[in-house]
Amino acid sequence: MKRLMAFIRKEFLHIFRDYRTLIILFGIPAAQILIFGYAVRTDLTNAGIAVLDNAHDEITAELITKLDASEFFDVKYHLDSYNEIDPAFKKGTIKAAIVFPGDFGARLTREGSAAVSIIADGSEANNANLIVGYTTAILNDYSAGLTKQVTSSVPVINAEVRMFFNPNLKSHFMFVPGIITLILILTSALMTSVTIVREKEFGSMEILLVSPLRPWQIIIGKVAPYFFLSLVDVIVILLMAWLVFGLPVQGSVALLIAECMLYILLGLSIGILVSTSANKMENAIFISFIALMLPTLLLSGFIFPIENMPKVYDYVSWFLPPRWFVEIIRSIMIKGTGFVFIWKETMILVIMTLFFMIMSARRFKIRLEEGEK
Amino acid sequence: MEKEKVIEVQDLVKNFGTFVANDHLTFDVYRGEIFGFLGANGAGKTTAIRILCGLSRPTSGSVRVAGIDASRPEEIKKRIGYMSQRFSLYEDLTVTENIELYGGIYGMTMKEIRPRTEMLLKRLSFTEYGDTLIKSLPLGLRQKLAFAVAVFHDPEIVFLDEPTSGVDPITRRQFWEMIYETASQGITVFVTTHYMDEAEYCDRVTIMNEGRIVALDTPANLRSKYGTTSVEELFVKITRPQKEKA
Amino acid sequence: MKKLMFLLRKEFRQIRRNPFMARAIIAVPILQMLLLVPAVTFEMKHIDLAVDDNDHSPSSAELITRLSGSSFFRLVATPDNYSQAEGLLFSGKADMVLIIPDDFSEGMAGATTPRLQVLNDAVNATTAQLSWSYLTSVVRDYNRDVIIDRGAAPSAIPGINVSPRFWYNPTLDYKYYMLPGVLVILITAIGLMMCGLNLVREKETGTIEQINVTPVMKWELIASKVIPFFIIGLLDLALGLTIGWIVFNIPFEGSLLLFFACSAIFLVAVLGMALFFSTLASSQQQFLFVAFFFVMIFILMSGIFTPTESMPLWAQQFNWFNPVAYLMRINRMVMLKGSGFTDISRDMGLLTVLAVAYISIAIRAYRKRA
Repeated sequence: MKRLMAFIRKEFLHIFRDYRTLIILFGIPAAQILIFGYAVRTDLTNAGIAVLDNAHDEITAELITKLDASEFFDVKYHLDSYNEIDPAFKKGTIKAAIVFPGDFGARLTREGSAAVSIIADGSEANNANLIVGYTTAILNDYSAGLTKQVTSSVPVINAEVRMFFNPNLKSHFMFVPGIITLILILTSALMTSVTIVREKEFGSMEILLVSPLRPWQIIIGKVAPYFFLSLVDVIVILLMAWLVFGLPVQGSVALLIAECMLYILLGLSIGILVSTSANKMENAIFISFIALMLPTLLLSGFIFPIENMPKVYDYVSWFLPPRWFVEIIRSIMIKGTGFVFIWKETMILVIMTLFFMIMSARRFKIRLEEGEK
Repeated sequence: MEKEKVIEVQDLVKNFGTFVANDHLTFDVYRGEIFGFLGANGAGKTTAIRILCGLSRPTSGSVRVAGIDASRPEEIKKRIGYMSQRFSLYEDLTVTENIELYGGIYGMTMKEIRPRTEMLLKRLSFTEYGDTLIKSLPLGLRQKLAFAVAVFHDPEIVFLDEPTSGVDPITRRQFWEMIYETASQGITVFVTTHYMDEAEYCDRVTIMNEGRIVALDTPANLRSKYGTTSVEELFVKITRPQKEKA
Repeated sequence: MKKLMFLLRKEFRQIRRNPFMARAIIAVPILQMLLLVPAVTFEMKHIDLAVDDNDHSPSSAELITRLSGSSFFRLVATPDNYSQAEGLLFSGKADMVLIIPDDFSEGMAGATTPRLQVLNDAVNATTAQLSWSYLTSVVRDYNRDVIIDRGAAPSAIPGINVSPRFWYNPTLDYKYYMLPGVLVILITAIGLMMCGLNLVREKETGTIEQINVTPVMKWELIASKVIPFFIIGLLDLALGLTIGWIVFNIPFEGSLLLFFACSAIFLVAVLGMALFFSTLASSQQQFLFVAFFFVMIFILMSGIFTPTESMPLWAQQFNWFNPVAYLMRINRMVMLKGSGFTDISRDMGLLTVLAVAYISIAIRAYRKRA
């Protein structure tokens, strides 16, 4: 046991003495949090738009003021003709043009129905969708306001909404679970594979194998610091999420930590498995990046909802641990669900962990025996 | 007969921070001689040779290589050849491709390079290896090839930094034969080594210890001066008393 | 000049012989285009709606029909009570639950105020707001139609209809949006990663020292390392563009020349970054770390997925120095809208300034002599 502790101590020294490893272990998470917490937003603010007001009546004036006043839009130009729209789009100064037909106000007051045309810059499809949505919302709001001024002998439906899980409609909630997933994969899988392969590459693995340390002790010794570090990382992120972003863990913290430990174990096994395939550190990193990081970023539902992708991707993501973990974290952290809602995903992770542990143990033994030749 | 000096070093000092790697070195090298730079690892040999090659700047002192001051390293580089301690031909290029590259870099045209390459390969009995990738060659052949590339462009001086490290005795012998041949063609050979027996092969030898030159003469003179039968014995004799002082 | 030619020949020979690189140069564009483009989308296909109808009247049935008939909503469940409704949100089976109280039809008859309650999964705040807005549109339309049937003045419930038109991308196909972005990622991967790895590899094996002793000048050495990847980068860009055109039918409205010119400028900036990072790393592994870190940040911040205008001030200022942000804008504008030189001149000019700055800094940092 004492030998093991000495070994573990050496591992920690390795980590803390190499400032580059530190940057990866702490720099990437910090950058992620900064970016996803503050910079990358799925909503749209201060989008430049133009209005083409053919009606010039009170109502359109009010509407334009309302649009400009909202945080979503910034009315940049009042256009005079339709032809000005295309050049403005080409220049990139506006994202949409809102066109009011000449009889807009008159039709609205007389018939209670009028149409507005939104010409959105479809090259930024995401923004275009949002702009249409926001405009619809603002116009609806306005017409609802008009409605209240009418007599109440007419049934007017009052619809109320309760926004679950995110009452303040913060934009970064959906990213935090993904950040945790990504960082855990980094610290558990990537770093583990790197540290084992480092020993192999420099030949010190052989020395270790000749020492009184048994192979399983070597592995545990290599891997234990990263288990610990990963947990520390998780706790730090959770604290930051709570204190900085105002996103406390809604559900059971104990359950969350337990699931994280499961996922870390899974990551460690994957890391060990990767280390058996690589003889040089750069290959280990490369494999980890391609096989773990990128799929986590793109296919786990972290940023891009899986349901929007072609079906094929959905099936593929079934085999990706991050996909399940992101759901688990979201459920616990944001929705505050209990185990009853995530037992299926957890079981899948458990099976994957067992699978990887067995695979990596087996391959490691084979590699050892090969190396002895 | 006044022999021409191709390297003149006066009070060369090189510091790395507070560590003095070269401590007031003074020596000259004459054209066509085989000049040996002996010393233990860490004595400062590699530092000195890097300054002479223009890879590093002296902290102070005057250095002239091939008649050019060390402050104009790019000019010096045109006239010298170098073989580094680490093997540094391109492993994923063939023998011919490596030769061609360095020939071209030193200003030779393809018309000049091709026949010379053929001659070189024949001389080394390498002809069948012409299109072999370096990484497929055994270590001894690689070292010889690296040397041949270093002198391919007929430099005035060739610097060899521990060229025979890790090579078997037979290859070492062959290597030194190549060095003799090169020197006989008028190319000055500046070689560093920590194999004491190789000192015997040099025309003159310098022994470095802890950044300073502690001996500089022909092997024969050194042996008689210190009353030893080999340079190795002499080395121990010179350096040990200093070590006991420390 | 002659030395440069010899060096270039060596570089290309090495690239050809390196199996990893040779394969990557072909494979990376193909894989990225075919796999990434369909995946990275924020398109909202539909909203999973559940309805808890406590009223069971023709009125509520009519409302439900309208909702399920709209293209936005997909009816997935009909819970019987509130806790079941909540459960659907917790389990993620439904994005939104509409609860129709049992006095709805009475309210529609005029006896009381008709109410509706909606539970909305707001984890993704943006889609939540949008889906809520769509729902209220449908409800309002229903409301109006009921009133009109009763003969009341439709002006009692004014409604503004929005008819959207999407220029340059009529079907609002998200691939149009993502493909220019993926092309930028492509050039960055080839330009920065591969060139940098190549630079560091030479440092690692020590062959660089042999070159340092020769009369090769610094600019010749740098040029020999950078030019091959400049060429390869542009070739790969062409390959990626061709794949995009053939497989996804992406239009190309603007000038190809302008497009490639801007990409070339961008490549210079990126190769400068590769050169700079290579001075910071002594092994290929370290380089990968450093490069990946910065590349990831640059790409995420560039507006490839989310609008840069929505970013806080510090982020937008960051993007002044982010070449990826410029090319992202330029690519989309030129490819999809057919923007011309005058339209993008400001972006192009600034990108040029960045490119010159980055490569100058890199050249200064890269020293032939220790």
